[in-house]
Amino acid sequence: MAARDSRARSPDFLRLVLLICLSVVVMLADKRTEYMQGVRSTLALLVTPIQVIAGTPDRIGSWIQQLFASEENLNEAYERLQGEHMKLRARLQRMQALEAENASLRRLLAAAEKVPDQVLMAELIDVSLDPYTHKLIVNRGLTDGIYVGQPVLDPQGVMGQVTEIMPFTSAVTLITDPSHATPVQVERNDLRAIAFGTGRSDSLRISYLTHNSDIEIGDVLVTSGMGGRFPLGYPVAEVYEIVRDASEAFLRINATPVARLERSKQVLLVWQGLGKEYSGELKEAE
Amino acid sequence: MNGAWLVIGLTIVVAFILNLIPVPEWALPYRPDWVVLVLIYWCLATPDRLSTGVGWLVGLLIDVSNANVLGLHALGLATLAYVTTRLHLRIRMFPWWQQSLSVLVLLIGYKGLVGWMRSLFGELQFDLMYWMPCLIGVLIWPWLFVILRDIRRYGRLFSG
Repeated sequence: MAARDSRARSPDFLRLVLLICLSVVVMLADKRTEYMQGVRSTLALLVTPIQVIAGTPDRIGSWIQQLFASEENLNEAYERLQGEHMKLRARLQRMQALEAENASLRRLLAAAEKVPDQVLMAELIDVSLDPYTHKLIVNRGLTDGIYVGQPVLDPQGVMGQVTEIMPFTSAVTLITDPSHATPVQVERNDLRAIAFGTGRSDSLRISYLTHNSDIEIGDVLVTSGMGGRFPLGYPVAEVYEIVRDASEAFLRINATPVARLERSKQVLLVWQGLGKEYSGELKEAE
Repeated sequence: MNGAWLVIGLTIVVAFILNLIPVPEWALPYRPDWVVLVLIYWCLATPDRLSTGVGWLVGLLIDVSNANVLGLHALGLATLAYVTTRLHLRIRMFPWWQQSLSVLVLLIGYKGLVGWMRSLFGELQFDLMYWMPCLIGVLIWPWLFVILRDIRRYGRLFSG
């Protein structure tokens, strides 16, 4: 058929072939290099307004909810937060003493002093991407000094890392994405491992631990700081299943992420104290 | 001419918003791919205007909004637009149920192509629910077709 009317159709077909080749080149360039960052940023100027509009009904909904929140509820929340605040303040005091002690001990050992991590609060832009994409869109971007590979946390634990940056927004790949791997260690005994995403939002797979490894159900996995992406010591997941199958070389271990990946509306972007320098002005979290 | 592009652009923007609007977790796998459906309609209705290039651009915008690797949906939609444009005379002659059937085939082909590329990048593990948007898309196609046709006729954009 292509041969029969090739004269009439060929310009169209040629265009398709050219565009397919172009797509493949763009895909490879986007995967392997950073040249496509500019293209993405430019196109994002068209897309971001659409995302903001799409998130509006939800925002109006929660605004109305706030408007009609009863005084009783607000008082209750206020009291709860007040109590929480006091408790955290008390813990912070102890932390500061410990931090000072730690720093002086490190000086005694002539080890590098640890600079505390800096954080920036970001809000999710409420859009539903397709269910096979384990990513979130947050309202901070290039203009806030966000960088690719930046760790993202919620108050409970590690959520993921920034993978695409646009002028005013950025995309966060969650630790449950099948293409994501998080270097972790068991909090109890510093046993190192890697936590792979499974594509399911409630499960991570811990691979390459041999049968004699010391790991138990209920063990908390924290970031190990290996690979340099995630700072050391943030909670990642909790082991809930260990399958010891003698016919397999390694243990089959599953863990639940600690962070509330699907419910957190606010996330924290972290600048690691060690290594990465951040020169811009840091906005205080409100 | 300009009015026609405005209407096409607006329907695509609305489809984009429908694609991104927050829905409850359970409903997410059932959400049809609005942008793709609207694009198929315009490929059938105005094959000379909306060709492969526009499909490619719209695909690139999907890649940005979904934070996929750039070029993924662009490749898929360019191919879809080309195939639809080539078959538009035949599909337009079909009775509605046959037309829906061919839209189903187009949707499955597009989803399959995009899904195959995503699994190459390790982003995706296929399961049965992956194809659900195609089915839902076909169920709403006849209604979408009527709505878009009315929009087109109301604006007296194109003859036919």
